[in-house]
Amino acid sequence: MTGARLTPVFSMIGLLALWVVAALLTDDTQILPTPWQLGPPFQQEVASGELLTHLGATIIRVIWAFTLAMTLGTALGLIMGRSAAVNAWLDPWLVVFLNLPALVLIVLCYLWIGLTEAAAITAVTLNKIPNVAVVIREGARALDPDLDAMSKVYRMSWLARMRHVVFPQLAPFIAAAARSGVAVIWKIVLVVEFLGRSSGVGFQIHLYFQLFDVAMVLVYAFSFICVMLLFEWLFLQPFERRARRWRTA
Amino acid sequence: MITVDIRSKHFAGTPVLGPLTFRVAPGETLAIVGPSGIGKSTLLRIVAGVDAAFDGNVERPAATAFVFQEPTLLPWRSVLQNLLLLHPQLNPEAARTMLARVGLEGKDSLFPGQLSLGQQRRLSLARAFCGAPELLIMDEPFVSLDTETAETMLKLTEGLIAEHHPATLFVTHDMREADRLADRVLTLRSHPAGAIVAGISSVADQAG
Repeated sequence: MTGARLTPVFSMIGLLALWVVAALLTDDTQILPTPWQLGPPFQQEVASGELLTHLGATIIRVIWAFTLAMTLGTALGLIMGRSAAVNAWLDPWLVVFLNLPALVLIVLCYLWIGLTEAAAITAVTLNKIPNVAVVIREGARALDPDLDAMSKVYRMSWLARMRHVVFPQLAPFIAAAARSGVAVIWKIVLVVEFLGRSSGVGFQIHLYFQLFDVAMVLVYAFSFICVMLLFEWLFLQPFERRARRWRTA
Repeated sequence: MITVDIRSKHFAGTPVLGPLTFRVAPGETLAIVGPSGIGKSTLLRIVAGVDAAFDGNVERPAATAFVFQEPTLLPWRSVLQNLLLLHPQLNPEAARTMLARVGLEGKDSLFPGQLSLGQQRRLSLARAFCGAPELLIMDEPFVSLDTETAETMLKLTEGLIAEHHPATLFVTHDMREADRLADRVLTLRSHPAGAIVAGISSVADQAG
């Protein structure tokens, strides 16, 4: 039992050890610094306020794109899952957008809308909506027809039906879409920043890529990974636990 | 008065219900019997307004309640919420009184999954009567319960119908249930154009 719980810890220590060995073998800070060599550049970025500024800019873009993609994708998936006619019309669109490379959408948004914040967020949102819609559509198809009939007989209002009948059934699908969604979104946000923004983690990575500063690239990448882990523990997992409470009671 | 006038009901071209007309007076209980698979449940869904894809006309009051074959509760909401969410005008005190009436006293905050099947059925019965229905529809409400639990449910249903006097329409396989609860029994039989009424017979009032 204790062994099983400690497995992730040992696994992480293994990864860290692999990194240390690789860094020592390379023996070149320019190419691969050891973990402890990241300390000074990290402190320098925190002290100058650069790290927080750019982290903040990226987080705001992630929040915008995540909220928009989840809302629109859930609505779209729900409608497509419930109506075969709408699905027949929109399914080919979904396939096109699912297979459109993220980079193409980003470049087109920048070309058509301009190098603006709106274009950046639009590009990320459009990239993510199809994935969310596909997952939620499966959930909408699996909705219980008996509960549907029940809510109809008892004349539940639309809002009550959504809140108490439909969304509790969709909760596992929403959690799955949110989890894969936030991971994909922050990666695309970085590309968007890399290509056409003057702030954010992606912009800083672009800068230090040109300066060939591997340590700084790693500092920014790890900082954001930590933010995402916090999001997972403070937001996603508590939401899932709450949505699952009735199953384990 | 509940008036049911169905000309036809098809499932993918196959006729299920043929020309079918009957009425249920306020306070009257009508049992529907017939061989399995003949379309009794389909008939109930049409009368309840769940299935609108049929040719014909049904007049029913807005206050309609349905006791499904399965309890069909909201498993992610508490026992009390299962009554209050479905009947927003109901106050929690009245809901608790109804829970006590069906023997679920003190179980307000449990989830339906924590109740036995018999208890879930009784909750579904409580939900139906909470809305003071003018029309009550029940689809084999006593099926797949052991004899003792079924008897408890039957007594409870009898009592609640006597208190609230809804027009009641229910499907059963068991003629004894039909005799006990119903004023009249409608028998369905199959026909090339879909199930039709084979006959409606009155049940002698056993109390009198």
